[in-house]
Amino acid sequence: METELIKEEVLPRILEWQISTVVKVRQETQSVKTFTLALPNWTPHRAGQHYDVRLTDPDGYQTQRSYSIASSPEQKGEIELTVERLEEGEVSTYLHDVLIIGDQVELRGPIGGYFVWEAHMGGPLLLVAGGSGIVPLMAMIRHWCAVQSNSPVRLLYSSRTYEDIIYREELERLRLEYSGMEVFHTLTREHPQGWDGYTRRIDIQMLEEVAKPFGSNLKAYICGPTALVEDVANGLVSLGIPAKQIRTERFGPTGVP
Amino acid sequence: MQSGLPDRVPPGQYLTSDFPVLSAGPTPRTSLDRWSFEINGLVRQPVRWYWAEFQRLPTSTYTVDIHCVTKWSKLDTRWDGVSVDTLLESVEIDPDAHFVIAFCDGGYTTNMPLNEILDGKAFIGIQYDGAPLRPEHGGPARLVVPALYFWKSAKWVRGLTLIEKDKPGFWESLGYNNHGDPWKEERYYGDRTD
Repeated sequence: METELIKEEVLPRILEWQISTVVKVRQETQSVKTFTLALPNWTPHRAGQHYDVRLTDPDGYQTQRSYSIASSPEQKGEIELTVERLEEGEVSTYLHDVLIIGDQVELRGPIGGYFVWEAHMGGPLLLVAGGSGIVPLMAMIRHWCAVQSNSPVRLLYSSRTYEDIIYREELERLRLEYSGMEVFHTLTREHPQGWDGYTRRIDIQMLEEVAKPFGSNLKAYICGPTALVEDVANGLVSLGIPAKQIRTERFGPTGVP
Repeated sequence: MQSGLPDRVPPGQYLTSDFPVLSAGPTPRTSLDRWSFEINGLVRQPVRWYWAEFQRLPTSTYTVDIHCVTKWSKLDTRWDGVSVDTLLESVEIDPDAHFVIAFCDGGYTTNMPLNEILDGKAFIGIQYDGAPLRPEHGGPARLVVPALYFWKSAKWVRGLTLIEKDKPGFWESLGYNNHGDPWKEERYYGDRTD
Protein backbone atom coordinates (compact mmCIF):
# COMPACT_ATOMS: atom_id res chain seq x y z
CA MET A 1 0.00 0.00 0.00
CA GLU A 2 2.75 2.40 0.92
CA THR A 3 4.77 1.53 -2.12
CA GLU A 4 3.60 1.10 -5.64
CA LEU A 5 5.11 -1.70 -7.67
CA ILE A 6 6.46 -0.12 -10.80
CA LYS A 7 4.95 -1.69 -13.83
CA GLU A 8 5.36 -1.06 -17.46
CA GLU A 9 2.29 -1.04 -19.60
CA VAL A 10 2.51 -3.69 -22.23
CA LEU A 11 0.23 -3.91 -25.20
CA PRO A 12 -1.68 -7.12 -24.71
CA ARG A 13 -1.34 -9.61 -27.51
CA ILE A 14 -3.18 -12.87 -27.87
CA LEU A 15 -0.72 -15.72 -27.51
CA GLU A 16 -1.26 -18.41 -30.11
CA TRP A 17 0.35 -21.84 -30.01
CA GLN A 18 2.87 -22.36 -32.79
CA ILE A 19 5.09 -25.18 -33.97
CA SER A 20 8.80 -24.46 -33.69
CA THR A 21 11.65 -26.48 -35.13
CA VAL A 22 14.80 -27.47 -33.27
CA VAL A 23 17.77 -26.02 -35.16
CA LYS A 24 20.51 -26.51 -32.58
CA VAL A 25 21.11 -28.41 -29.33
CA ARG A 26 24.00 -27.47 -27.10
CA GLN A 27 25.10 -29.31 -23.96
CA GLU A 28 25.82 -26.59 -21.38
CA THR A 29 26.62 -28.73 -18.35
CA GLN A 30 26.05 -32.36 -17.47
CA SER A 31 22.37 -31.72 -16.73
CA VAL A 32 21.65 -28.60 -18.78
CA LYS A 33 21.02 -28.21 -22.50
CA THR A 34 20.18 -25.24 -24.68
CA PHE A 35 17.68 -25.75 -27.49
CA THR A 36 17.60 -23.24 -30.32
CA LEU A 37 14.10 -23.18 -31.79
CA ALA A 38 13.09 -21.51 -35.06
CA LEU A 39 9.63 -19.94 -34.83
CA PRO A 40 7.23 -19.36 -37.72
CA ASN A 41 5.70 -16.40 -35.86
CA TRP A 42 8.62 -14.95 -33.97
CA THR A 43 8.01 -11.69 -32.13
CA PRO A 44 10.64 -9.77 -30.21
CA HIS A 45 10.55 -10.63 -26.52
CA ARG A 46 11.71 -8.60 -23.55
CA ALA A 47 14.76 -10.05 -21.80
CA GLY A 48 13.50 -12.03 -18.81
CA GLN A 49 10.32 -13.36 -20.41
CA HIS A 50 9.45 -17.03 -20.93
CA TYR A 51 7.68 -19.36 -23.32
CA ASP A 52 5.25 -22.16 -22.51
CA VAL A 53 6.09 -25.52 -24.06
CA ARG A 54 3.28 -28.05 -24.62
CA LEU A 55 3.76 -31.76 -25.24
CA THR A 56 0.99 -34.02 -26.46
CA ASP A 57 1.27 -37.81 -26.27
CA PRO A 58 -0.41 -40.18 -28.77
CA ASP A 59 -3.40 -40.57 -26.44
CA GLY A 60 -4.00 -36.83 -26.47
CA TYR A 61 -2.69 -36.24 -22.95
CA GLN A 62 -1.08 -32.81 -22.81
CA THR A 63 1.35 -31.26 -20.40
CA GLN A 64 2.94 -27.83 -20.27
CA ARG A 65 5.92 -26.14 -18.66
CA SER A 66 7.33 -22.63 -18.73
CA TYR A 67 10.95 -22.04 -19.75
CA SER A 68 12.83 -18.76 -19.64
CA ILE A 69 14.23 -17.40 -22.86
CA ALA A 70 18.03 -17.35 -22.82
CA SER A 71 18.61 -15.52 -26.09
CA SER A 72 18.46 -11.78 -26.59
CA PRO A 73 15.60 -10.14 -28.48
CA GLU A 74 18.20 -9.11 -31.06
CA GLN A 75 18.54 -12.76 -32.13
CA LYS A 76 15.71 -12.71 -34.60
CA GLY A 77 13.49 -15.51 -35.86
CA GLU A 78 14.47 -17.97 -33.15
CA ILE A 79 14.70 -18.34 -29.41
CA GLU A 80 17.01 -20.29 -27.16
CA LEU A 81 15.60 -22.15 -24.19
CA THR A 82 18.08 -23.44 -21.63
CA VAL A 83 16.58 -26.37 -19.75
CA GLU A 84 17.81 -28.30 -16.74
CA ARG A 85 17.04 -32.01 -16.82
CA LEU A 86 15.04 -32.95 -13.75
CA GLU A 87 14.81 -36.63 -12.90
CA GLU A 88 11.08 -36.37 -12.23
CA GLY A 89 10.41 -33.81 -14.95
CA GLU A 90 8.09 -35.22 -17.59
CA VAL A 91 8.86 -32.37 -19.99
CA SER A 92 12.55 -31.75 -19.30
CA THR A 93 13.40 -35.47 -19.61
CA TYR A 94 11.64 -35.55 -22.98
CA LEU A 95 13.45 -32.45 -24.20
CA HIS A 96 16.81 -33.81 -23.02
CA ASP A 97 16.51 -37.48 -23.92
CA VAL A 98 14.38 -37.46 -27.05
CA LEU A 99 14.54 -34.14 -28.87
CA ILE A 100 17.00 -33.80 -31.75
CA ILE A 101 17.64 -31.30 -34.52
CA GLY A 102 14.71 -31.12 -36.93
CA ASP A 103 12.11 -32.13 -34.34
CA GLN A 104 9.09 -29.95 -33.74
CA VAL A 105 8.01 -28.41 -30.47
CA GLU A 106 4.72 -26.67 -29.74
CA LEU A 107 5.02 -23.44 -27.79
CA ARG A 108 3.56 -20.01 -27.17
CA GLY A 109 4.92 -16.77 -25.82
CA PRO A 110 6.62 -14.53 -24.97
CA ILE A 111 5.02 -14.29 -21.54
CA GLY A 112 5.63 -12.17 -18.44
CA GLY A 113 5.90 -8.44 -18.07
CA TYR A 114 7.55 -7.72 -14.74
CA PHE A 115 10.76 -9.71 -14.46
CA VAL A 116 12.15 -8.01 -17.56
CA TRP A 117 14.97 -5.63 -18.28
CA GLU A 118 15.35 -3.53 -21.38
CA ALA A 119 18.16 -1.09 -22.08
CA HIS A 120 15.89 1.96 -21.75
CA MET A 121 15.22 0.98 -18.12
CA GLY A 122 18.83 1.80 -17.31
CA GLY A 123 20.85 0.73 -14.31
CA PRO A 124 23.17 0.16 -12.62
CA LEU A 125 22.12 -3.43 -12.91
CA LEU A 126 22.72 -6.06 -10.24
CA LEU A 127 21.90 -9.58 -11.38
CA VAL A 128 21.91 -12.40 -8.85
CA ALA A 129 21.42 -16.00 -9.96
CA GLY A 130 21.38 -19.42 -8.38
CA GLY A 131 21.83 -22.48 -10.62
CA SER A 132 19.60 -22.47 -13.67
CA GLY A 133 18.17 -19.16 -12.44
CA ILE A 134 20.89 -17.66 -14.62
CA VAL A 135 18.78 -18.22 -17.75
CA PRO A 136 16.53 -15.12 -17.80
CA LEU A 137 19.47 -13.04 -16.52
CA MET A 138 21.58 -14.31 -19.40
CA ALA A 139 18.96 -12.94 -21.80
CA MET A 140 19.39 -9.58 -20.06
CA ILE A 141 23.19 -9.79 -20.31
CA ARG A 142 23.04 -10.72 -23.99
CA HIS A 143 20.60 -7.88 -24.63
CA TRP A 144 22.89 -5.55 -22.68
CA CYS A 145 25.79 -6.57 -24.92
CA ALA A 146 23.79 -6.42 -28.14
CA VAL A 147 22.70 -2.83 -27.58
CA GLN A 148 26.02 -1.82 -25.95
CA SER A 149 24.23 -0.43 -22.91
CA ASN A 150 25.98 2.28 -20.90
CA SER A 151 24.58 1.00 -17.61
CA PRO A 152 27.15 -0.91 -15.56
CA VAL A 153 26.15 -4.50 -14.81
CA ARG A 154 27.36 -6.91 -12.13
CA LEU A 155 26.42 -10.57 -12.02
CA LEU A 156 26.69 -12.60 -8.84
CA TYR A 157 26.19 -16.25 -9.74
CA SER A 158 25.97 -19.14 -7.29
CA SER A 159 26.62 -22.67 -8.57
CA ARG A 160 27.30 -25.94 -6.80
CA THR A 161 30.54 -26.79 -8.58
CA TYR A 162 32.75 -25.34 -11.31
CA GLU A 163 31.31 -27.85 -13.79
CA ASP A 164 27.78 -26.70 -12.94
CA ILE A 165 28.37 -23.12 -14.05
CA ILE A 166 26.07 -22.59 -17.02
CA TYR A 167 27.44 -20.30 -19.81
CA ARG A 168 30.84 -20.29 -18.04
CA GLU A 169 32.97 -19.65 -21.10
CA GLU A 170 30.63 -17.10 -22.61
CA LEU A 171 30.45 -15.16 -19.34
CA GLU A 172 34.25 -15.14 -19.14
CA ARG A 173 34.54 -13.94 -22.72
CA LEU A 174 31.93 -11.18 -22.28
CA ARG A 175 33.52 -10.04 -19.04
CA LEU A 176 36.84 -9.55 -20.83
CA GLU A 177 35.23 -7.89 -23.82
CA TYR A 178 32.95 -5.40 -22.05
CA SER A 179 34.46 -3.09 -19.46
CA GLY A 180 31.04 -2.25 -18.00
CA MET A 181 30.42 -5.86 -16.96
CA GLU A 182 31.72 -7.67 -13.93
CA VAL A 183 31.08 -11.30 -13.03
CA PHE A 184 31.36 -12.79 -9.53
CA HIS A 185 31.04 -16.53 -9.04
CA THR A 186 30.48 -18.44 -5.86
CA LEU A 187 30.75 -22.23 -5.62
CA THR A 188 28.81 -23.75 -2.74
CA ARG A 189 29.70 -27.45 -2.89
CA GLU A 190 33.25 -27.82 -4.12
CA HIS A 191 35.76 -25.71 -5.96
CA PRO A 192 38.87 -26.41 -8.03
CA GLN A 193 42.36 -25.73 -6.73
CA GLY A 194 43.39 -22.15 -7.25
CA TRP A 195 39.77 -20.95 -7.44
CA ASP A 196 39.74 -17.25 -6.63
CA GLY A 197 35.98 -16.70 -6.48
CA TYR A 198 33.70 -17.03 -3.48
CA THR A 199 33.20 -20.47 -1.93
CA ARG A 200 30.04 -20.16 0.18
CA ARG A 201 26.33 -19.51 -0.13
CA ILE A 202 25.48 -15.92 -0.88
CA ASP A 203 25.38 -13.96 2.37
CA ILE A 204 24.98 -10.35 3.38
CA GLN A 205 28.71 -9.67 3.36
CA MET A 206 29.05 -10.98 -0.19
CA LEU A 207 26.06 -8.93 -1.31
CA GLU A 208 27.51 -5.83 0.26
CA GLU A 209 30.86 -6.36 -1.48
CA VAL A 210 29.25 -6.88 -4.86
CA ALA A 211 26.49 -4.26 -4.62
CA LYS A 212 28.23 -1.47 -2.72
CA PRO A 213 29.82 0.36 -5.68
CA PHE A 214 26.35 0.77 -7.18
CA GLY A 215 24.87 2.63 -4.19
CA SER A 216 21.14 2.43 -3.53
CA ASN A 217 19.97 3.32 -7.04
CA LEU A 218 20.69 -0.08 -8.48
CA LYS A 219 18.07 -2.22 -10.15
CA ALA A 220 18.23 -5.79 -8.90
CA TYR A 221 16.99 -8.95 -10.61
CA ILE A 222 17.18 -12.15 -8.60
CA CYS A 223 16.41 -15.61 -9.96
CA GLY A 224 17.03 -18.99 -8.40
CA PRO A 225 15.69 -21.39 -5.81
CA THR A 226 13.32 -19.91 -3.24
CA ALA A 227 15.79 -19.91 -0.33
CA LEU A 228 18.38 -18.01 -2.36
CA VAL A 229 15.83 -15.53 -3.68
CA GLU A 230 14.46 -14.88 -0.18
CA ASP A 231 17.93 -14.44 1.33
CA VAL A 232 19.16 -12.13 -1.42
CA ALA A 233 16.00 -10.02 -1.61
CA ASN A 234 15.85 -9.61 2.17
CA GLY A 235 19.58 -8.91 2.23
CA LEU A 236 19.31 -6.15 -0.35
CA VAL A 237 16.40 -4.58 1.53
CA SER A 238 18.51 -4.59 4.70
CA LEU A 239 21.33 -2.90 2.77
CA GLY A 240 18.95 -0.05 2.02
CA ILE A 241 17.84 -0.93 -1.49
CA PRO A 242 14.16 0.07 -1.88
CA ALA A 243 11.93 -2.97 -2.36
CA LYS A 244 10.44 -1.58 -5.54
CA GLN A 245 13.90 -1.74 -7.20
CA ILE A 246 14.17 -5.47 -6.54
CA ARG A 247 12.50 -7.91 -8.90
CA THR A 248 12.45 -11.61 -8.20
CA GLU A 249 11.66 -14.83 -9.95
CA ARG A 250 11.74 -18.29 -8.45
CA PHE A 251 13.20 -20.93 -10.66
CA GLY A 252 12.83 -24.63 -11.08
CA PRO A 253 9.68 -26.66 -11.58
CA THR A 254 8.40 -26.13 -8.09
CA GLY A 255 10.50 -23.28 -6.84
CA VAL A 256 12.16 -25.55 -4.31
CA PRO A 257 15.89 -26.33 -4.54
CA MET B 1 4.47 -38.93 -19.57
CA GLN B 2 2.24 -38.65 -16.56
CA SER B 3 -1.26 -39.70 -17.50
CA GLY B 4 -4.41 -40.62 -15.65
CA LEU B 5 -4.23 -37.55 -13.44
CA PRO B 6 -7.21 -37.23 -11.11
CA ASP B 7 -10.09 -35.28 -12.60
CA ARG B 8 -9.41 -32.62 -9.99
CA VAL B 9 -6.43 -31.41 -12.02
CA PRO B 10 -7.34 -28.74 -14.62
CA PRO B 11 -6.01 -28.90 -18.19
CA GLY B 12 -2.29 -28.21 -18.64
CA GLN B 13 -1.55 -28.56 -14.91
CA TYR B 14 0.67 -31.10 -13.14
CA LEU B 15 0.63 -32.19 -9.52
CA THR B 16 3.22 -31.17 -6.98
CA SER B 17 3.55 -32.09 -3.35
CA ASP B 18 5.76 -29.08 -2.57
CA PHE B 19 4.38 -25.65 -1.89
CA PRO B 20 6.21 -23.46 -4.40
CA VAL B 21 6.78 -19.76 -3.79
CA LEU B 22 6.27 -17.12 -6.46
CA SER B 23 6.32 -13.38 -6.05
CA ALA B 24 7.45 -10.33 -7.93
CA GLY B 25 9.68 -8.76 -5.29
CA PRO B 26 11.00 -9.03 -1.75
CA THR B 27 8.74 -10.55 0.89
CA PRO B 28 7.19 -7.65 2.86
CA ARG B 29 7.63 -7.76 6.63
CA THR B 30 4.84 -5.90 8.33
CA SER B 31 4.86 -6.18 12.10
CA LEU B 32 1.57 -7.42 13.47
CA ASP B 33 1.06 -4.33 15.60
CA ARG B 34 0.98 -2.28 12.39
CA TRP B 35 -1.16 -4.74 10.48
CA SER B 36 -4.80 -4.12 9.67
CA PHE B 37 -7.38 -5.38 7.23
CA GLU B 38 -9.82 -3.00 5.62
CA ILE B 39 -12.93 -3.19 3.48
CA ASN B 40 -13.60 0.02 1.61
CA GLY B 41 -14.87 1.39 -1.67
CA LEU B 42 -18.56 0.96 -2.45
CA VAL B 43 -19.72 0.27 1.07
CA ARG B 44 -21.77 2.55 3.29
CA GLN B 45 -19.10 2.64 5.99
CA PRO B 46 -15.58 1.25 5.53
CA VAL B 47 -14.45 -1.15 8.24
CA ARG B 48 -11.02 -1.98 9.58
CA TRP B 49 -9.74 -4.73 11.88
CA TYR B 50 -6.38 -4.67 13.61
CA TRP B 51 -4.55 -7.96 14.05
CA ALA B 52 -5.86 -8.73 17.54
CA GLU B 53 -9.42 -7.99 16.41
CA PHE B 54 -9.00 -10.01 13.24
CA GLN B 55 -7.82 -12.97 15.32
CA ARG B 56 -11.09 -12.92 17.25
CA LEU B 57 -13.22 -13.32 14.12
CA PRO B 58 -14.73 -16.79 13.64
CA THR B 59 -12.48 -19.04 11.56
CA SER B 60 -13.11 -22.21 9.63
CA THR B 61 -10.85 -24.96 8.37
CA TYR B 62 -10.73 -25.25 4.59
CA THR B 63 -9.30 -28.10 2.53
CA VAL B 64 -8.89 -26.84 -1.01
CA ASP B 65 -7.07 -27.59 -4.27
CA ILE B 66 -4.88 -24.79 -5.60
CA HIS B 67 -3.80 -24.21 -9.18
CA CYS B 68 -0.93 -21.92 -10.17
CA VAL B 69 -0.77 -20.41 -13.66
CA THR B 70 2.87 -21.58 -13.80
CA LYS B 71 1.32 -25.09 -14.19
CA TRP B 72 1.57 -26.71 -10.76
CA SER B 73 -1.47 -27.83 -8.83
CA LYS B 74 -1.55 -28.95 -5.24
CA LEU B 75 -4.46 -30.95 -3.89
CA ASP B 76 -5.98 -30.91 -0.41
CA THR B 77 -4.14 -27.94 1.04
CA ARG B 78 -5.38 -27.23 4.55
CA TRP B 79 -5.98 -23.69 5.77
CA ASP B 80 -7.61 -21.91 8.67
CA GLY B 81 -9.08 -18.57 7.90
CA VAL B 82 -11.92 -16.11 8.02
CA SER B 83 -14.59 -16.38 5.36
CA VAL B 84 -14.94 -13.32 3.14
CA ASP B 85 -18.70 -13.63 3.80
CA THR B 86 -18.03 -13.08 7.51
CA LEU B 87 -16.03 -9.95 6.76
CA LEU B 88 -18.63 -8.54 4.41
CA GLU B 89 -21.35 -9.01 7.04
CA SER B 90 -19.77 -5.99 8.76
CA VAL B 91 -20.49 -3.63 5.89
CA GLU B 92 -23.48 -2.56 3.89
CA ILE B 93 -22.59 -3.18 0.27
CA ASP B 94 -23.64 -0.62 -2.33
CA PRO B 95 -25.77 -2.33 -5.02
CA ASP B 96 -23.42 -0.87 -7.64
CA ALA B 97 -20.48 -2.90 -6.31
CA HIS B 98 -19.76 -5.65 -8.84
CA PHE B 99 -16.00 -6.14 -8.63
CA VAL B 100 -13.35 -6.22 -5.98
CA ILE B 101 -9.68 -5.26 -5.85
CA ALA B 102 -7.55 -7.01 -3.25
CA PHE B 103 -4.69 -4.78 -2.09
CA CYS B 104 -1.55 -5.89 -0.33
CA ASP B 105 1.67 -4.93 1.40
CA GLY B 106 4.24 -4.29 -1.30
CA GLY B 107 1.70 -2.69 -3.64
CA TYR B 108 0.36 -5.85 -5.27
CA THR B 109 -3.25 -5.81 -6.43
CA THR B 110 -5.57 -8.31 -8.09
CA ASN B 111 -9.15 -8.01 -9.31
CA MET B 112 -12.14 -10.34 -9.52
CA PRO B 113 -15.92 -10.27 -9.74
CA LEU B 114 -17.46 -9.72 -6.31
CA ASN B 115 -19.79 -12.70 -6.67
CA GLU B 116 -16.79 -15.02 -7.13
CA ILE B 117 -15.61 -14.44 -3.58
CA LEU B 118 -19.04 -14.74 -1.93
CA ASP B 119 -20.99 -17.75 -0.63
CA GLY B 120 -18.04 -19.62 0.81
CA LYS B 121 -15.87 -19.22 -2.28
CA ALA B 122 -13.05 -17.24 -0.61
CA PHE B 123 -11.41 -16.71 2.76
CA ILE B 124 -8.53 -14.87 4.37
CA GLY B 125 -6.08 -17.61 5.32
CA ILE B 126 -4.03 -17.06 8.44
CA GLN B 127 -2.87 -20.62 9.12
CA TYR B 128 -1.52 -23.21 6.71
CA ASP B 129 -1.33 -26.84 7.76
CA GLY B 130 -2.04 -25.90 11.35
CA ALA B 131 0.72 -23.30 11.70
CA PRO B 132 0.80 -19.53 11.16
CA LEU B 133 1.11 -18.77 7.44
CA ARG B 134 4.76 -18.12 6.65
CA PRO B 135 5.73 -14.75 5.13
CA GLU B 136 6.98 -16.23 1.84
CA HIS B 137 3.56 -17.85 1.38
CA GLY B 138 1.78 -14.59 2.08
CA GLY B 139 1.63 -14.46 5.87
CA PRO B 140 0.37 -13.09 8.09
CA ALA B 141 -2.77 -13.20 5.93
CA ARG B 142 -3.52 -14.26 2.39
CA LEU B 143 -6.69 -14.05 0.35
CA VAL B 144 -7.49 -17.55 -0.90
CA VAL B 145 -9.81 -17.99 -3.90
CA PRO B 146 -9.40 -21.65 -4.86
CA ALA B 147 -11.63 -21.49 -7.97
CA LEU B 148 -9.25 -19.07 -9.73
CA TYR B 149 -5.56 -19.35 -10.60
CA PHE B 150 -3.48 -18.83 -7.50
CA TRP B 151 -2.17 -15.35 -8.40
CA LYS B 152 -5.68 -14.17 -7.49
CA SER B 153 -5.04 -15.51 -3.99
CA ALA B 154 -3.21 -12.36 -3.01
CA LYS B 155 -0.34 -12.69 -0.53
CA TRP B 156 0.11 -10.17 2.30
CA VAL B 157 -3.44 -8.99 1.74
CA ARG B 158 -4.46 -5.89 3.65
CA GLY B 159 -7.92 -5.31 2.35
CA LEU B 160 -10.61 -5.36 -0.30
CA THR B 161 -11.90 -2.40 -2.29
CA LEU B 162 -15.36 -2.85 -3.77
CA ILE B 163 -15.82 -1.14 -7.13
CA GLU B 164 -18.45 -0.81 -9.83
CA LYS B 165 -16.39 -1.29 -12.98
CA ASP B 166 -13.71 -3.94 -13.35
CA LYS B 167 -10.11 -2.76 -13.25
CA PRO B 168 -7.09 -4.98 -13.97
CA GLY B 169 -4.69 -5.64 -11.10
CA PHE B 170 -0.94 -6.21 -11.21
CA TRP B 171 -0.53 -9.40 -13.26
CA GLU B 172 -3.78 -8.71 -15.07
CA SER B 173 -2.17 -5.65 -16.66
CA LEU B 174 1.03 -7.58 -17.48
CA GLY B 175 -0.34 -10.04 -19.99
CA TYR B 176 -2.14 -12.45 -17.67
CA ASN B 177 -5.82 -13.22 -18.02
CA ASN B 178 -8.29 -10.88 -16.41
CA HIS B 179 -10.43 -13.68 -15.00
CA GLY B 180 -8.16 -16.71 -14.51
CA ASP B 181 -10.43 -19.76 -14.36
CA PRO B 182 -8.11 -22.81 -14.40
CA TRP B 183 -10.83 -25.12 -15.74
CA LYS B 184 -11.18 -22.89 -18.82
CA GLU B 185 -7.40 -22.48 -18.94
CA GLU B 186 -7.66 -18.70 -18.80
CA ARG B 187 -3.92 -18.16 -18.32
CA TYR B 188 -3.02 -15.21 -20.50
CA TYR B 189 -4.60 -12.23 -22.19
CA GLY B 190 -6.98 -13.41 -24.89
CA ASP B 191 -7.40 -16.94 -23.52
CA ARG B 192 -11.03 -18.01 -23.40
CA THR B 193 -13.15 -15.88 -21.11
CA ASP B 194 -16.88 -16.39 -21.11
